[in-house]
Amino acid sequence: MRNLLQVRMLRSVLASKFPPISRLSLRVPASQYSATASAIPAPNTQPEIHFNKIFINNEWHDAVSKKTFPTVNPSTAEVICQVAEGDKADVDKAVNAAKQAFRLGSPWRRMDASHRGLLLNRLADLIERDSAYLAALETLDNGKPYALSYSVDLSVVVKCLRYYAGWADKNHGKTIPIDGDYFCYTRHEPVGVCGQIIPWNFPLFMQASKLGPALATGNTVVMKVAEQTPLTALYVASLIKEAGFPEGVVNIVPGYGRTAGAAISSHMDIDKVAFTGSTEVGQLIQQAASRNLKKVTLELGGKSPNIILSDANLEDAVEQAHSAVFFNQGQVCCAGSRTYVQEDIYNEFVERSVERAKKRVVGDPFSLQTEQGPQVDEAQFKKVLGYISAGKRDGAKLMCGGGVAADRGYFIQPTIFGEVKDNMTIAREEIFGPVMQILKFKTLEEVIERGNDTQYGLAAAVFTRDIDKAHYISAALRAGTVWVNCYNVCGVQAPFGGYKASGNGREFGEYGLEAYTEVKTVTIKVPAKPTGS
Amino acid sequence: MTTTPGDTQNHDPNPSAAPPGLPIPVSDLEVKYTKIFINNEWHDSSCGRKIPVYNPATGEKICEVEEGDEEDVDKAVKAAKEAFQLGSVWRRMDASDRGRLLNKLADLVERDQLILATMETIDSGKLFLIAYFVDLMAAIKTLRYYGGWSDKIQGRTIPVDGEYFTFTRHEPVGVCGQIIPWNFPLLMFIWKIAPALCCGNTVVIKPAEQTPLTALHMAALMKEAGFPPGVVNVVPGYGSTAGAAIASHMYIDKVAFTGSTEVGKLIKEAAGKSNLKRVTLELGGKNPNIIFADADLDHAVEQAHHGLFFNQGQCCLAGSRIFVEETIYDEFVRKSVERAKRRVLGNPFIPGVDQGPQIDKKQFDKILELIESGRKEGAKLECGGSPWGDKGLFIQPTVFSDVTDEMRIAKEEIFGPVQQIMKFKTLDEVIKRANSTHYGLVAGVFTQNINKALTIASSLQAGTVWVNCYNAMSSQCPFGGFKMSGNGREI
Repeated sequence: MRNLLQVRMLRSVLASKFPPISRLSLRVPASQYSATASAIPAPNTQPEIHFNKIFINNEWHDAVSKKTFPTVNPSTAEVICQVAEGDKADVDKAVNAAKQAFRLGSPWRRMDASHRGLLLNRLADLIERDSAYLAALETLDNGKPYALSYSVDLSVVVKCLRYYAGWADKNHGKTIPIDGDYFCYTRHEPVGVCGQIIPWNFPLFMQASKLGPALATGNTVVMKVAEQTPLTALYVASLIKEAGFPEGVVNIVPGYGRTAGAAISSHMDIDKVAFTGSTEVGQLIQQAASRNLKKVTLELGGKSPNIILSDANLEDAVEQAHSAVFFNQGQVCCAGSRTYVQEDIYNEFVERSVERAKKRVVGDPFSLQTEQGPQVDEAQFKKVLGYISAGKRDGAKLMCGGGVAADRGYFIQPTIFGEVKDNMTIAREEIFGPVMQILKFKTLEEVIERGNDTQYGLAAAVFTRDIDKAHYISAALRAGTVWVNCYNVCGVQAPFGGYKASGNGREFGEYGLEAYTEVKTVTIKVPAKPTGS
Repeated sequence: MTTTPGDTQNHDPNPSAAPPGLPIPVSDLEVKYTKIFINNEWHDSSCGRKIPVYNPATGEKICEVEEGDEEDVDKAVKAAKEAFQLGSVWRRMDASDRGRLLNKLADLVERDQLILATMETIDSGKLFLIAYFVDLMAAIKTLRYYGGWSDKIQGRTIPVDGEYFTFTRHEPVGVCGQIIPWNFPLLMFIWKIAPALCCGNTVVIKPAEQTPLTALHMAALMKEAGFPPGVVNVVPGYGSTAGAAIASHMYIDKVAFTGSTEVGKLIKEAAGKSNLKRVTLELGGKNPNIIFADADLDHAVEQAHHGLFFNQGQCCLAGSRIFVEETIYDEFVRKSVERAKRRVLGNPFIPGVDQGPQIDKKQFDKILELIESGRKEGAKLECGGSPWGDKGLFIQPTVFSDVTDEMRIAKEEIFGPVQQIMKFKTLDEVIKRANSTHYGLVAGVFTQNINKALTIASSLQAGTVWVNCYNAMSSQCPFGGFKMSGNGREI
C-alpha cells in the first residue's frame, strides 16, 4: 500500500502545481500496477560531473585540438565546468569508429536483433537506476525544474528506449509475389553510420529519441550534443558502455554547430543525418547533406496554432493553453504559441489566462515548488526579450509580465500579449520563450485559414466539445500532430514530425523506424515455380 | 560420469561429478505450489480430489496437486471475466505497462531459472541441461519478445467512401481458455500466455495432468510480477473434465489447444456446439525430412538424428519420415544407426546423458506397440526396439530402415525415440510422398543446391520448412500447421 499512498501524494502535488503534467505522457493512474509511479527524491543541487570529454569507441578522448568550452548553469550564469570541444578532426575519428563498428562481420552486425533489444532495455534499466542523478544534472545544465526533469524527462527517456528495444527484432521485410519464376523478398537493413545533431531543450530525451530507433535497427551513431547542454548525454555514454554496446556503435562529440555539426552534415562517410533544431539550421543541414546525398530527417521549429472554440470547457482550455506555451520555459518546438480564441469567450479567456500566468512560480529550478526555470543561455534570453520588445512596438497589448524575473541567471517573467494580429512579428516568428500570443477569431473557416497561414506545420490543437468540429478542424489543419482537448501529449508510440518548414520525416512509433532502415530487394531465380504466389 | 545401457541408474539430482561451469540442479527441491490459482489466490479443488504427479525417470510420486474440475473452471472463468470488465485495472492499463509486466515476469523467470529447470526435469523427464539452456532460455526470450509487442498492436485508419471517419481497433478477444501439453510444459505455458496477455486478454489455462508443477510456479511469479488478480488463472486437471469444460464453456471467448490431432478435433467440435468460440490448434505431425545426395552427409545425419530424438522423440516437430535419396541411402542408414547406438540413456540430471524417460505408461506402451507394428509390417529393425533399464519409462533409441509409406510407423505419429528412414529417387516423387499425409506441421530439406531448396520450400504443405537445419526455432518466427496439424500460428 505504500506505493499507492505515494501515488496519491504525487498526484496531489502534481495536480496543484503542474495540472498539465497529468495530461502528459506520464500517466499516474490510481493503481499500484503502474510501473512508473514513485515519489520525487530530493535533488542533489550540486551533482558531481564525471564525464566531460569526447566519447569514441567506448573510450574518453580529449579534443584533437585540445580545446575546451564552458558549459554554464543558466540559473546563476556561472560556469559549471569545461568540456572537450569537438571539431572536424574529432568527428572524423568518431566516423571511423562508427564505420568500423558497422563493417560486415563485426560484433554489432552479427548480433541477433533480439540482443540489440536486450541492450537497449539494459540501457533503460541503467538510466532508471541513475535517474535522480541524471535529473539533477539535467536541471543544472539546462535550467528546467527538477520535479519535471525527474518525473517527465527521465520517464519518457526510459519509455522511449524500452519502446524501441521492443521493435529491434520486429522490423520485418516482406516476401513478394512478383511476376515470373522468381523468389522475391525485401531485407530491412540498417542505413549505416548515422550522424545525429541534437538540441538543448530536452537534452536527455532528444538523445534517447535519436538513439532508440537508430540502434534498434542496427545502425551506428555519431552524435553531436548541444554546446549548451552536453553533460547528461555524456553521462549516458558511460551507461551505453556499461550496458554492453560494442565499441564504436555510439560515439558522442560535444561541440559547436558550425564546426562539429557542419562536419557531420557534410561528411562523405556518414550515410544519414538527423537534426532537431531551428528551421534556419535545418536548411543548412539539408544543403550540406547534398554533398554525398546522405538521407536527411529534420525536426524543426513551429508556430503552432491552439484553437479555442466557444463551446470548449473554458477552465480546462485556459490551463492547457497556459502549459502549451509556458511548459519548459516556452522552449518547445511544438509550443502552442498562437492561441486563437473565438470572440464570444475571448475576454474571459484572456482574463483567466493572465490570472494563471501571474500565479506561475518562477525561480530556482531545484525547488520542488518551481514551475518555471531560466531560459537556457544568454543568447536565448536576449532573443526572447527582443521579441517582447517587438510585440510592444508592433502594438500588441501587454497583459502581464514583459520583463526580466530575477537579477541573476536568465529568468523571464511569464508574458502575455492580447489583441495580437497575424502579421505581427510575435505572431509569425518562433519566440521559444515564455511569451503567449492571444488572437481573436470569428468562424471556423477563418481560423483554419489563419492557422495554416505559416511556413511552419509542426502541431496544432483544438478545444471543443463538438465531435464534428473536432474532426473537421483536425482534418483541415496542415500540422504533423493535432491535439483535441489536450496539448503536448506525446506518446513514444505515436509518430511526431512536421509539415512544411517544420521538418521532414517522422520520429517515434513504428514510423520512426523508416528513416533508419534501408530496403533491399532480393530476387532469386527459381526453376518453374510450383505456385503462382 | 556417464551411464551405459544396462547400468542401474543413479537418480540423485546432484551428481558429484558435474563438470565445472555448468548449472547445478537444485537439491531437495521444494514444490511450494500445488493448488488451483484463481484471482491471485490458491484454492482447494471443489471436488476434493487430487492428481498424483510422478517422476517418469524413477516412477516415484513427487507430490499431489489439487484436481480442477468443471466447477473450478467456472470459478476461474468468472475471475477472468471480472478482470476483463470495461474499466477494470487490466483494461485501463497502458499497453506499454502490459509490456513492462511481461518483461518483469521474464526477469523473475531468469531469477528462478535453476528452480524451474530442476522442477521441469523431475516432472517431465527431460534432460536438465536442455531444460536449462533450451526450454528456459526460449521461455525468457518469448516473454521479452511479446513484452515488446504490447504497445505496437496497431489498427488502421481507412479511406472509405462517403463522409465517414473509419478506423480499426485491434481489441483483445476476451477470456481465453488455454490447454497445454506435457512435452514442453513451461515453454508451452509461456507460448500461450505471452501473446494473450500482450494483447490484453485474460486467461484460464489448464496445464497437462502429467506436468502441472512449473505452471503453478509460474502462477506465483505472475502474482509477484504484479499482474492484477484474475488476469491469469491456472487450473490443473484432466482433459476429459477440466479441458472439456473449457472447450465448451459459454463464457470463454477463445480456446487455444496444443496436443494430439484427435483431441484437437474434439475441442473444435465442442467450440462449435457451445458458443462458437474462436479456436486455434497446434496438433501432431509426421514430418518429412528430405536428404538429397548433394547434402553435407555428416551434417544431415546429425541434424536428422536430433530432429527425431530430441526430447525423447516427444515433439510435434519430430522429423519422423526421413526421405533419403537412393544413391546415399545405405551410407546414411549406416551412419544414423551408428549415431543412434552412441546415444546415452540415464538419469536426466547427469551431464553427458542424451535421453531421459518417456512421460508416462500410456505413451510408453503406445510407442512399444508401434515398434512392434514396424517389425510385423516388414520394416528392418536396425537397432533398439525394446525398453531399457529396470526403473522408469526408458525406451532404447530405435532405427527402422526400408520403411515404406503404407506402414503404420510411416503414417502414425509415434512420439517416441523411433526413427524411420525411407528411400526416394526423384524430386517430384519425394514432394508427392512428403505431402501425402493429413498432417502438415514442419519439414526439413538438406541440399547444397539452391534450386532444390527453394523448390521444396515452396512445394511442401508444411507450416515451417527448414533448409540445412532442423528444429531451428525462434520467438520471432510464426509456427503452426497446414491441414490437420492445426489452425492458426503461434509466436
